[in-house]
Amino acid sequence: MTLAPEERRREVVTPEGVPIRFTIAPAGDRVAALLLDLLLVLAIVLGMIVPLFWLAVRGAVAADVVFATFILAAFLVWTFYFAFFELSWAGQTPGKRKLGLRVVDSSGGALRAEAVLARNLTREAELLLPLLALSAGEAVFPGAPAIARLAAVAWLGVFGFLPLFNRDRLRVGDLLAGTVVVRQPGAALLEDLSAAPAAARAPDVSFTDAQLDVYGIYELQVLEQVLRQDGPARAAALDAVAAKIREKLGFEGAVAAEPFLRTFYAALRGRLEHRMLLGRRREDKHHTDR
Amino acid sequence: MPEPTVIPTTLVSPASTAPPAPAAPLVLKSAAFRAEREASWRELEALVRAAGTRGAAALPPRDLARLPGLYRHAVSSLSVARAISLDRNALEYLESLCARAYLVVYGTRRHLRDAVGDFVLRRFPRAVRAHAPHVAVAAALLVLGGVTGFALTLADAERFYAFVSPEVAQNRGPTSSTDALRDVLYARKGAAEMLTSFAMFLFSHNARIGILAFAVGFAGGVPSALLVFANGLTLGAFAAVYHARGLSLELWAWLLPHGVTELLAIVLCGAAGLALGQALVFPGRDERLRSLAAHGREAAVIVTGAVGLLFVAGLVEGVFRQLVHAVPARYAVAAAFAILWAVYLARAGKERA
Repeated sequence: MTLAPEERRREVVTPEGVPIRFTIAPAGDRVAALLLDLLLVLAIVLGMIVPLFWLAVRGAVAADVVFATFILAAFLVWTFYFAFFELSWAGQTPGKRKLGLRVVDSSGGALRAEAVLARNLTREAELLLPLLALSAGEAVFPGAPAIARLAAVAWLGVFGFLPLFNRDRLRVGDLLAGTVVVRQPGAALLEDLSAAPAAARAPDVSFTDAQLDVYGIYELQVLEQVLRQDGPARAAALDAVAAKIREKLGFEGAVAAEPFLRTFYAALRGRLEHRMLLGRRREDKHHTDR
Repeated sequence: MPEPTVIPTTLVSPASTAPPAPAAPLVLKSAAFRAEREASWRELEALVRAAGTRGAAALPPRDLARLPGLYRHAVSSLSVARAISLDRNALEYLESLCARAYLVVYGTRRHLRDAVGDFVLRRFPRAVRAHAPHVAVAAALLVLGGVTGFALTLADAERFYAFVSPEVAQNRGPTSSTDALRDVLYARKGAAEMLTSFAMFLFSHNARIGILAFAVGFAGGVPSALLVFANGLTLGAFAAVYHARGLSLELWAWLLPHGVTELLAIVLCGAAGLALGQALVFPGRDERLRSLAAHGREAAVIVTGAVGLLFVAGLVEGVFRQLVHAVPARYAVAAAFAILWAVYLARAGKERA
């Protein structure tokens, strides 16, 4: 009985003073979103070339104007694509949207335009400098001894691969802007297990305080997971868990696994919540009151 | 809506076989709490879904008016639920609902058009004024680089090649004839054909360098300072070569109409890089990362403004300079730009006392 491994979380305190936890976007998703966006930038630029050059070839527009438009547009698209979308889609670019990622302000305020600009102005340096360092070390630091060149390459590498070296996967732009990239949150509200229909409960089963004090919050929430799971393995899992709990509590009585577990869940939750209200949180079965 | 549950009280001892009294049913406090508030959570969830990626702007006015109340209600529910409920699913749902609603309520709020106007009229000049010391240091570095490059190249013309890369020199140098040097200052026929695209090329090239000067400020500001200084060296070396031929007056007439704007932009980008370096190395009372974030945003404002300045400079350089050859006219335009930027940066967006 173990819970799924905890994902990297980051607390953001809202202006109301309530901390909300976001899941940090994994590095792989970030890279995938970036590649998608880069492809889109490429597609936009290519999409501009074709009609422009068609116009130029037909002589409808002077070649000078065509080239100028192209250079300007390519620069603007490349430099402001990310900032434009993050500003108008509240922290998402098409790539981030596809991957379910989002930029948020790490100190809990609104995502401001300055922050979006700051995190995107460093993008080119972060992307191109490490590539340059890897492909053409000589150009970065001409005429320097090999050891100095190596150090320069290592530094540029750190500059670009910074997200891999910190817990919140912050890149340089995120540090400058005070932003963090998180998973777009999403969870469904399921039925309250303690409020199960009468038919699903065992009507005449009850537990003593001593029996309920065997387990803590961790076990309660694992039990919740077991009860909520779907699929063919469910029945077997319920039987195994019920048998284990009965053995542990010394519970005797002929009750089917599911009604027993639902009743036990409700009773245990009632007991633990009651204790919690009185300031005595019982984290898990190893917890002892001092 | 699920019916409230009757839970056997835990006060029944194992010895007692009496069934729990149905007269005193115990509904979990957390379940009752949820039953009471669930409808408002669902309503908020529907609003958040309707808002989609466009944020609160996508909502009809009636829903928009409901949003803040529902959001605060959900956030307070989350606070209470954390204190009284152990229903993991409900907690996770509330957490994610609040997070999604938070993104709608506190996402970027303003329309892009308003943001651009506000930026030009207020944010950019204010950010520059707030960084006056950094701008002064960056300007001093540029001048220092210029004087150094000028003096060294004047003393030994060979040093020109150390300060100016071949791409920038474009065959100009100490060995060029005076006529060739002068020709560059007054573009002859032929060069005038691709004016606009040349202007745009200059703009995008310079803007990249400016953005780079800002980004590398992350390394303690040193590379930014070096970039500004190196720009000064190049400029000084050119000035020395032209000075040796007695072309100084004409060189500056050629350089300054766009140079005023371009050098200002380079100084601003350098200042932004220096501000970043300062925030990182000397964070003051703030936590280092917080200081970096606060200064990074301001610096980004300066750099974005500088990119706009470079666009203007590119237009002047690519078009005006090739068309107007009279030296007094060139100086007049340079002076006009200098006054324009000085007044704009010093006055725009100032709070009236």
